[in-house]
Amino acid sequence: MSERKPLIEVKNLRIYFYTYAGVVKAIEDVSFTIYEGETLCLVGETGCGKTVTSRALTKLIKPPGRIVSGEIIYYSPRGPINIVELSEEELREIRGKEIAYIVQDPGAALDPLYTVGYQISETMVDHETVRDWKEAFRRAIALLRETLIPEPERRAKAYPHELSGGMKQRVVISIGLSNEPKLLIADEPTSFLDVTVQAQILELLRELKARKGLTLLLITHDMGVVAEMCDRVIVLYAGTIAEVGPVERMFYRPLHPYTTALLRAVPNPLQRMEKLEAIPGTIPNLINPPPGCRFHPRCPYAMDVCKRERPPMIEVEPQHFVSCWLYAKRG
Amino acid sequence: MTSMGNALVSVRNLRKYFPVGGVLFTKAWVKAVDGVSFDIYEGETLGLVGESGCGKTTTGKLILRLLEPTDGEVYFEGKNVFKLRGKELREFRRKANIVFQDPYTSLDPRMTVFDIVMEPLRVHGIRVEDPEQFVVKLLYEVGLNETHLYRYPHEFSGGQRQRIAIARVLALRPKFIVLDEPTSNLDVSVQAQILNMLKELQKRYGLTYLFISHNLGVVRYMSDRIAVMYLGKIVEMGPADEVFENPLHPYTRMLLASIPVPDPKISRSRRRTKITGEPPSPINPPPGCRFHPRCPHAKNVCEKEEPPLIEYSKNHFVACWLYAKR
Repeated sequence: MSERKPLIEVKNLRIYFYTYAGVVKAIEDVSFTIYEGETLCLVGETGCGKTVTSRALTKLIKPPGRIVSGEIIYYSPRGPINIVELSEEELREIRGKEIAYIVQDPGAALDPLYTVGYQISETMVDHETVRDWKEAFRRAIALLRETLIPEPERRAKAYPHELSGGMKQRVVISIGLSNEPKLLIADEPTSFLDVTVQAQILELLRELKARKGLTLLLITHDMGVVAEMCDRVIVLYAGTIAEVGPVERMFYRPLHPYTTALLRAVPNPLQRMEKLEAIPGTIPNLINPPPGCRFHPRCPYAMDVCKRERPPMIEVEPQHFVSCWLYAKRG
Repeated sequence: MTSMGNALVSVRNLRKYFPVGGVLFTKAWVKAVDGVSFDIYEGETLGLVGESGCGKTTTGKLILRLLEPTDGEVYFEGKNVFKLRGKELREFRRKANIVFQDPYTSLDPRMTVFDIVMEPLRVHGIRVEDPEQFVVKLLYEVGLNETHLYRYPHEFSGGQRQRIAIARVLALRPKFIVLDEPTSNLDVSVQAQILNMLKELQKRYGLTYLFISHNLGVVRYMSDRIAVMYLGKIVEMGPADEVFENPLHPYTRMLLASIPVPDPKISRSRRRTKITGEPPSPINPPPGCRFHPRCPHAKNVCEKEEPPLIEYSKNHFVACWLYAKR
């Protein structure tokens, strides 16, 4: 990888949710960088904080959740901005325009009362990236064509219920692309879809990314999707980063015991497997997360230090980071 | 069909049509299952795969007679289950059971684990000497223990709830279990635990499984044989390795080409089969072969006539005009 320009730098992010049951420490001291033009994956199991992290990038954290500390530096065309310090009004300039989202459930993302053409146009009109509604509608049809929807002129006048799940997700992607964002965040964009449709949507994202030079942040729990789509991977576990690295390194030379275990727990359809290696135990409760390394109660290599102290993030080889005492020298 | 040991379950020409627009004002029929035949042999796992709406769950429910069929028969231990009555039906219900997909809705939130696991015995009027001891033993079988005995479902994680659901099924010492997407709502680390446990229980008790799933990796891991369904029909069936390594039906090939493989070198170097279209609605399925509108090899005959399920190689069946002679 030659010179890489950071697009977003997240530094020591902490997000807590203040619930009646107690403080949920959803994100604990997470730092990472998104580089321009790359596809970065956030992968992890339920409750690991992948969605919360992605929403924090445009400060979409609603009470009882709060960004407790940390910085999110966005290298905008106007210079570096700390997203955490922005007001709602300033954020609106960025959200849906420079940083856009594609959510998991396309059915819920679209308003049943408006045509899809209207909904795509609306985003552009709101952000004043077009002169008028007429131009917006023309652009909307072009976007539908780009996302490979057949008969875009006719489909632009369709309501969401008239479209299949795959088509709806294409419309949602059109909305995401409408203002030519710098960063597109796709949160489990194919989890609600059948495999054959999933393959088509992933193909579309890959194509659009290459054509438009987009930066893509992809959130998924599916190791198959990671292998297929990503340049770099961040493995999250219980609100902390376990490992960061280039995709091939991560799959062929995983460092963190959690990454290793996760890869061995996925049944590979192309191979006959005699036995899956399950990870014992369950994901911890984040109101009272385990002290030290949050993975230690399930880790086969846990040492004394793991129970007491949080492991630092270490660069074991170029661009491959791990947060684990097995690789850290103490002191 | 060729014999491979004893068929515990035989499905013959099974059909289930659901009315659209209510029973009285039926406008159309959803042909959820439309002429399906297969055997499940004792001690094996038959995997049933397909995308949403292909009829795999309906097939599972019909086999257990949780639904009445529109047409066709299911034989369990040689008896037609749709003709069973009284004592024989109760006996069937004891021997054949189901584990559902969602462990959050399949357990009564107001019952303790003890009551949940004991309920099937109460229903069947089976007495055990020491109920508590009996339930504890079952809980150990599924990786839980006596401390869980008097707790309620909400105190458990998804994986643990699925263990409770499995303990409840095991309580009746069944022979046959339909596993309907038993791990789809679970995280991979927990999924692996449950799948391994199901395999172990199968060995220990000589259980026979019908494993229903849309996840091809999971199906391959669990199954001895696999049946692929598309819009209410079986399009291909054969030994698991055979179906995955030498898929015959264009739909099976498309499915296999669609799955993201957890191996970046393989997934990026794979030849990309063009994947087109979406599963159509089962209300008005296409005539002829139901896959023809999406099939890259569709010929004239495919639009007109339904291909029969033929045995292409030993124990490997396919319903496709590429292989069948008219």
